Amino acid sequence: MHAPRTLASVWAAKATALASRTLGRGGGTAASGLLGLWLQPSLVRDLAGQLGRGCVIVTGTNGKTTTARLIGAASRSAGIEPLANASGSNLMRGIASALALAADGDGRVPDAGRRLGVFEVDEASVSRALPELSPRVVVFTNLFRDQLDRYGEVEAVAARWRQALAAAPAGLRLVLNADDPSVASLGEGREGVFYFGLEDRRLGRPTAEHAADALFCRCGARLEYSVAFFSHAGHWRCRSCGRARPKPAVSARLVKLEDGRSSRFQLVVGDEKAQVRLGLGGLYNVYNALAAAAAGEALGLPRETTLAAMGETEAAFGRQEAFEVDGRRVEVLLAKNPAGLNQVLSTLLLDGSRRTALIILNDGIADGRDISWVWDADFEAAAGRLERVVVSGTRAADMALRLKYAEWDEAALEVVPDVGPALERALALTRPGECLIVVPTYTAMLDVRGLLARRTGRKAFWQL
Amino acid sequence: MNEAPQARHEGEAAAPDAGRRLRLGHLYPALMNVYGDRGNILCLQRRCRLRGIELQVTPLEPGDVLLPDAFDLLFMGGAQDREQRLVAEDLAATKGALREAVEDGAVFLGVCGGYQLSGRFYRGADGDEMRGAGIFDLYTLHPGAGARRLIGNLAAEWEEGTLAGFENHGGRTYLGAGARPLARVRHGFGNDGESGFEGARYKNAFGTYLHGPVLPKNPALADKLLSLALARRYGDGNLEPLDDRLETAAHEAALRAR
Repeated sequence: MHAPRTLASVWAAKATALASRTLGRGGGTAASGLLGLWLQPSLVRDLAGQLGRGCVIVTGTNGKTTTARLIGAASRSAGIEPLANASGSNLMRGIASALALAADGDGRVPDAGRRLGVFEVDEASVSRALPELSPRVVVFTNLFRDQLDRYGEVEAVAARWRQALAAAPAGLRLVLNADDPSVASLGEGREGVFYFGLEDRRLGRPTAEHAADALFCRCGARLEYSVAFFSHAGHWRCRSCGRARPKPAVSARLVKLEDGRSSRFQLVVGDEKAQVRLGLGGLYNVYNALAAAAAGEALGLPRETTLAAMGETEAAFGRQEAFEVDGRRVEVLLAKNPAGLNQVLSTLLLDGSRRTALIILNDGIADGRDISWVWDADFEAAAGRLERVVVSGTRAADMALRLKYAEWDEAALEVVPDVGPALERALALTRPGECLIVVPTYTAMLDVRGLLARRTGRKAFWQL
Repeated sequence: MNEAPQARHEGEAAAPDAGRRLRLGHLYPALMNVYGDRGNILCLQRRCRLRGIELQVTPLEPGDVLLPDAFDLLFMGGAQDREQRLVAEDLAATKGALREAVEDGAVFLGVCGGYQLSGRFYRGADGDEMRGAGIFDLYTLHPGAGARRLIGNLAAEWEEGTLAGFENHGGRTYLGAGARPLARVRHGFGNDGESGFEGARYKNAFGTYLHGPVLPKNPALADKLLSLALARRYGDGNLEPLDDRLETAAHEAALRAR
């Protein structure tokens, strides 16, 4: 059966997670996976290898958790039970932990023959995840500027991805964002590529946003955009070397973003068209849905069940998650880099009745110690739109300064560094029946979500 | 919020400085725009506007020829590696007047990549050498792809108090006899992680590894640049104080961050 080391490693990982949860220290996903991998370096390979439906990996700067969640839902609705690292712990240790917790006492994943692994993978861990998981499909959502102190520069991340893919077996299928030049270029010279993209030109902006990165082609020339949707995502081409946006096999037309809490669009797959109602708001989630639909195609899932799953999928924790607190609706919109923050701002502005916000900026390691990125986000676009804003977090003062420079009304800003009192203050400023928008960075999201979950009796993130 | 006494606010008359005008050349805004560096431009614009000074900002992209007397202030921000190479080529091709402008007293601020490329040369991780603008007598060496990047919060002391922000650079910068350090490191790495110096100063030119961006949370440095530019152009560098309470709070938070 199994090497004793694998068994010991599965048990150790399970015990650590249990201990961590019992002690109220959180999900224990990192510690348990770390210990498991230390005892048995091939833990992921041993357990993932049992999955009869293989694995799909989702990586990229933004949209990993939501895209993986949509793929999991599509898989489940096709009768294939997914096994996922749903809590967003996306380093190798998080994947190891998810697998170990799913395994039984004999080191076997129950019903493994009929299961599909759906793993989101940190963009810097792709080269390690590929040989361990041997996925059938890898989804690259996008590549934006994110935590330069942690990931390095955008071009360096793209180069590491190209390197990892060069070593991958030829049969690997790729799902790529055609609208993102550095992601689309990963498909150059490869077979089995499923491109997705947006075909609705009405959603375009006249120019690329400030935080756009891939404005230059790999050949060095400046890219031309006939339309830019957000950041550097759009219809691009290079006059110098002839590279151009590939025609997507999976695309969205006639997009209606509604009030930013759901959207409708026409999904086009080859010659077929279907109407989709997506239970998630904002253009960035249309992209996530397209990535998931294209992954469904690459995995050979039935289209009907994939489409049905999209309407039913709710937000992943902290990503447009909504709570009801004392007659007020509280919406949490995670933002951890300029491109994501710009999308969050434009999504929340779709509904003019959102007038109160709590913005939390932390500089923990998982947030990025460097908080200069908030200056690359277009807060200017939301100036004058919010009546009451509470600013919080370990770098609340920097956030307040950024908003001052974006011409937000200084008189409407309150700085409350501690998250607990800041949430209370923001709730007090929100009138009953109104909506409070919470925009936290990653560690701030864990904090504020914990507070909200306790107040509303919702499950902790590791129980979702 | 209560207003600080004697500080100028939006909408108030700006009589003392009325009619004054400064020209800012923003070098490579499309190529060198990481680490929130546009905040530096926003900061100079705002601090001028509140004092009734007109600040005219002109983007200078590759191919735009720089004339030596066209600007009172010049700013060059940080870049990612690939962009830095394009910039180095263009500096030599069309921005040769940069050095002449600084010699003539124009105010210059280079941050991170913009600081490195305003020296004599930059030798990258692969050993490739890029020529810099030669404003400062300094050079920068990247010790190789395996070397530790100098990343973290950085605080330093200069002639007007403290400077605080964040640094993230692979290259180590070494000053020659013709450039003096801008500041002494309090915590963080600074120029090379060893000398205890941060940044460089030559005439009215300033170079620094501090981003964050540097000017909004270091208003004393922002005002120093404006004051030097006004003094050069109008013979009077006096600036009235502004309400800097949020700026000061951010400065102090950045000083505390470790």
